[in-house]
Amino acid sequence: MTSQPTGAAVGTSAEAIARLSDVSLRYGKVCALDAVSLDIPAGCMVGLIGPDGVGKSSLLALIAGARKLQTGRVEVLGGDMAQAQYRATVGPRIAYMPQGLGKNLYPTLSVFENIDFFGRLFGQDRAERERRIAELTESTGLARFTGRPAGKLSGGMKQKLSLCCSLIHDPDLLILDEPTTGVDPLSRRQFWELIARIRAERPGMSVMVATAYMEEAAAFDWLAAMDAGRVLATGTPHELLARTGTATLEEAFIAFLPEEKRRGHQQVEIPPYQAEADATPAIEAHGLTQRFGDFTAVDHVTFRIMPGEIFGFLGSNGCGKTTTMKMLTGLLPPTEGQAWLFGQAVDAGELETRRRVGFMTQSFSLYSELTVRQNLVLHARLFHLPEATIPARVEEMADRFGLAQIMETLPDALPLGQRQRLSLAVAMIHRPDMLILDEPTSGVDPVARDGFWQILIELSRRDRVTIFISTHFMNEAERCDRISLMNAGKVLVSDAPRMLVEKRGAATLEAAFISYLEEATGVGEPGPTAREQPVPAAEGAAHLDARDPRRGFDLRRLLSYSRREALELRRDPIRATLALLGSLILMVIMSYGITVDVENLTFAVLDRDQTTTSRDYTLNIAGSPRYFIEQPPIRDYTDLDERMRSGALSLAIELPPNFGRDVDRRRPVQIGVWIDGAMPLRAETIRSYMAQMHSLWLTQRASRISSEVLPASPFRIEIRYRYNPDVRSVPALVPAIIALLLLLIPAMLTALSVVREKELGSIVNLYVTPTTRLEFLLGKQLPYVALGTMNFLLLTLMAIAWFGVPVKGDFLTLALATLLYVGVATAIGLLASTFMRSQIAAVFGTAIGTMVPATSFSGVIYPVSSLQGAGALIGEIFPTTHYLTIARGIFSKALAMPELATSFVPLLIALPVLIGLSVALLPKQER
Amino acid sequence: MRTASNILHLGIKELRSLYRDPIMLALIVWAFSFAVYTAATAVPDTLSRATIAITDEDRSPLSTRISSAFYLPYFVPPELIDRAQTDERMDAGRSTFALDIPPSFQRDLLARRRPTIQLNVDATTITQAFTGSGYIQSIVSGEVNAFLRRYRATEQLPVDLALRVRYNPQLSRSWFYSVVEVINQVTLLSVTLTGAALIREREHGTLEHLLVMPLTPFEIMAAKVWSMALVVLVACGLSLTLVVQGLLGVPFQYQGAVPLFLAGAAVNLFATTSMGIFLGTVARSMPQFGLLVILVIVPLQMLSGGFTPRESMPEFVQIVMLAAPTTHFVSLAQAILFRGAGLSVVWPQLLAMGVIGACLFGYALTRLRRTLSAAT
Repeated sequence: MTSQPTGAAVGTSAEAIARLSDVSLRYGKVCALDAVSLDIPAGCMVGLIGPDGVGKSSLLALIAGARKLQTGRVEVLGGDMAQAQYRATVGPRIAYMPQGLGKNLYPTLSVFENIDFFGRLFGQDRAERERRIAELTESTGLARFTGRPAGKLSGGMKQKLSLCCSLIHDPDLLILDEPTTGVDPLSRRQFWELIARIRAERPGMSVMVATAYMEEAAAFDWLAAMDAGRVLATGTPHELLARTGTATLEEAFIAFLPEEKRRGHQQVEIPPYQAEADATPAIEAHGLTQRFGDFTAVDHVTFRIMPGEIFGFLGSNGCGKTTTMKMLTGLLPPTEGQAWLFGQAVDAGELETRRRVGFMTQSFSLYSELTVRQNLVLHARLFHLPEATIPARVEEMADRFGLAQIMETLPDALPLGQRQRLSLAVAMIHRPDMLILDEPTSGVDPVARDGFWQILIELSRRDRVTIFISTHFMNEAERCDRISLMNAGKVLVSDAPRMLVEKRGAATLEAAFISYLEEATGVGEPGPTAREQPVPAAEGAAHLDARDPRRGFDLRRLLSYSRREALELRRDPIRATLALLGSLILMVIMSYGITVDVENLTFAVLDRDQTTTSRDYTLNIAGSPRYFIEQPPIRDYTDLDERMRSGALSLAIELPPNFGRDVDRRRPVQIGVWIDGAMPLRAETIRSYMAQMHSLWLTQRASRISSEVLPASPFRIEIRYRYNPDVRSVPALVPAIIALLLLLIPAMLTALSVVREKELGSIVNLYVTPTTRLEFLLGKQLPYVALGTMNFLLLTLMAIAWFGVPVKGDFLTLALATLLYVGVATAIGLLASTFMRSQIAAVFGTAIGTMVPATSFSGVIYPVSSLQGAGALIGEIFPTTHYLTIARGIFSKALAMPELATSFVPLLIALPVLIGLSVALLPKQER
Repeated sequence: MRTASNILHLGIKELRSLYRDPIMLALIVWAFSFAVYTAATAVPDTLSRATIAITDEDRSPLSTRISSAFYLPYFVPPELIDRAQTDERMDAGRSTFALDIPPSFQRDLLARRRPTIQLNVDATTITQAFTGSGYIQSIVSGEVNAFLRRYRATEQLPVDLALRVRYNPQLSRSWFYSVVEVINQVTLLSVTLTGAALIREREHGTLEHLLVMPLTPFEIMAAKVWSMALVVLVACGLSLTLVVQGLLGVPFQYQGAVPLFLAGAAVNLFATTSMGIFLGTVARSMPQFGLLVILVIVPLQMLSGGFTPRESMPEFVQIVMLAAPTTHFVSLAQAILFRGAGLSVVWPQLLAMGVIGACLFGYALTRLRRTLSAAT
């Protein structure tokens, strides 16, 4: 690391790049920052050090303007960050890289597309973007991978890409939140070299870094040590060491901690490992290989671990550590090779071996909805500890892992260190003979890490538990009995850490590791060499350009969001296909489902007369094949009851004795008819059919009996069914189905697209770039409007070709209305997304929120005018009602714009109202 | 024994997880109370507030009498219009019906010339068109006959039709739609809850965690099935007694109807929750799951016989839908709750749901095993 403390820049508060006074921040009951006042010097490398969960990230987010200020005052680059106006001005001068590997990136987009997206947000033109992207990728060694999706990069490369995205607009203040956590040593070193070079070229730029690696922090210009929401000490690393009289920053930090936190901390000492002579190996792997398609994740890995040994696995993210562990636990059957635990071949179906193994995955994988105690008890039960011993065992684990105070707490409320201890306690609850730990200390602070290792060493040496652990902390690797260095699926070397250092003639294990890595990859990725030539002269002009992004509404930024959303949609073909094909399938289903042509009804007759007249009556009913189907005759009332009760008959007719004779003599006679009323719609139709057929029979009968033409009816009613002369369901329903589908699917997809960004974290780009909320929302909406329009064309084509329902009216008017309607539908999705936090709530919520009013209250089946109460009100304002009037008007009634203009008005009002509400409800900062 | 205890404890874990999700709980309560209530009450019984326009070219006592025979709640008071306005009003959808009484209608009638009244019906609003025109015909005939009776005695129809509607004499729609809505919510919730529970475990990495413990996929799946089915069953029982019976006052046929129905619901839930697990193994992410749920739920709701009568669907649809558990559930519900059928009548439906459930469970389990072993 090349940066040297330059006396002038350090400590002089006159030149502070950021000034905090009395800043406090609370998340519910948790206090993240407690009245912090701090002046951060400009023009140098500033480090925030301290364990996880002490408020480093919150502090950086406040300075970047990504999080909403609660109390106190934050000044950055000389202005008040509480003012939205100022934030909009200063935003382009700040770059913010949030915590987490590639959190602000879009995994399905390529390296080039990711950087390009940010360039567009800052209003750079094509030539400038291409020049900058070429420069940045060249200097970070990403030039060879510009076409690769960000999600497929290794951790180190993701962070470099994230850095490129931050640097595209030449910021004055670069804020990096734990940029190297989870990155291998070689990539880490390259990352800092890159930062140093950039700073050398742009000396005016200030860099703020939060880090958990004390070795890195030692090379910074100025440090602030934090704990529990407070700043413990500030100054150059040199000053901090001098003040505490310690040799390393890690020790200095521990010295700064308040007394009660330091208590219990002691240096980790490892008693030597004593191998048993002829024990069976606890773990043995031979030629383990795992291929995913043509990608080899693990390539012939072989090792042997003895009982009670601590075996470390080192390597960068994505080098195959986790995959190897999965194969050992039987989660993943190896493509080739074999593994044995305790001398038994690993088999996914084998449960007995699993009882002897405790496993802890990389991420916290316990139930965050269960309290600490409930988690422990659940696992004790799942491992079938005798019920009587469980409370005692849970207490024992709580004591041993220091969880006694937090037994009734939910894990989400705990700092990472305590959660990791809980994970370990859970993994140990059934006294396993072996522990498999996948990066258990990732993101845990030094004190907690030391405490964690004390426990591991005690387990190994006292209880002779075999420990298989993966890590990327070098000081942890040094504590292992043996380690394997892994890269790109291959084990480079395995030995005791001390031996490796000696073999390589290196000063430290880290240096030894890096030298092994460089050997394996052929001096790693290029980079250091590529960046000798000075930055082209054009940069000056570019500065001005980037500094002056249009503050108001900017179409280019909007389109850049649309472009990105469309790219993502294209990369997820399943989603797009489901959306298009799905609506076609649904249209077919619904056209059968909503049919109201009641046909093929079952009926039977209890004929107590058995004359030609009675049979003639029955024939009259049965003779209408489309409506009624005759069943075997009814024997008696019991039979009638039973058959109606089971649903076998919808209609039962009783013809009384002497029916024929009485009819002939014109004596009053009564036919009994029973209708199954379980389904009112059907019953009503049956009743009306029955009445019609009865009077038809009477007329025919009457004209047959007497020569005189009886006036069955003194007048006639001529019914003209307009627009749909056959009174078929399909032509009436097709426009309704189109209206339903164009609402449901675009609304849900739009809602999901915003909520997804919230859930996965990339929404932070809205917070820290000049993008306005309106640009963001409209930008996300546009692709789905396009998708909806495409959907409409497909559905219309299907209506014409498959259902034979022609568009009788003006197609252009229909298309215009559809465009407007899809806009409203997606705006409903946007509005819904401002409330929802999780994707599943978005799915469920939009389904309920759109489907019910659209199917029940919008005139699909019952006209809106016939509704009552709340339903009628919803029906009046719901956009589907008005679109349906237009769609039916054009499909069935051959209308055009002039007749339908009034129905456009509500849609035209709804669109800006919905979008305006969404903009108002979407925060531009995290709360 | 071990298996049973694992299934029990994992299931309790699912219940605890759900208990910590207030939004989901609120949605469940909403779905079984408010949603059921509105669905049942918003839809009018029979014909309601139909819009009718009348062109009276006769202007006789009879035509006035006819015009004043249309009133609420069946019809919105009729608008008297010119013949020329008819098209415009019907095009704009402002009138569903337009009745045209021709000039000298009364005179022709008395002269036994069988005059013709024209009724225009907007057939795009298909339900109302159909029932409404029936009503109008009988109203007009009633008025005409009553009018004629004052002038001369007409012959009574010799054969009377005694129409009786069983099980729901008033043909109250709220009876029917409240129960259908409960059934819809049962299907929707059971599929979504189990499928989402599975996907959430995968997204949060806890599924992997379960797999390295001495648990089998069968235990993991069975635990989700019983716990989520229980939640939905309890909600369904409460909804049926409190909302449907209590608030809406729907009378069921006999005392034991609700318990028997719930037993049927339990068998149905076995099948639908298995279906949820199956969808959870198919979808790679929540958005995909959301779309899949729509694709599955809509046909289940529309083609199971709750929306429109099964008999009226094309035959192949009827046959295909026999494979859906909800088809049998809907017919079981109608039989028990409305027709008062007992176990002796509905056992075939129970059996069918059980068999379908077992198949779905088995298939979902195989898929779960396969996706778990391929999980990365």
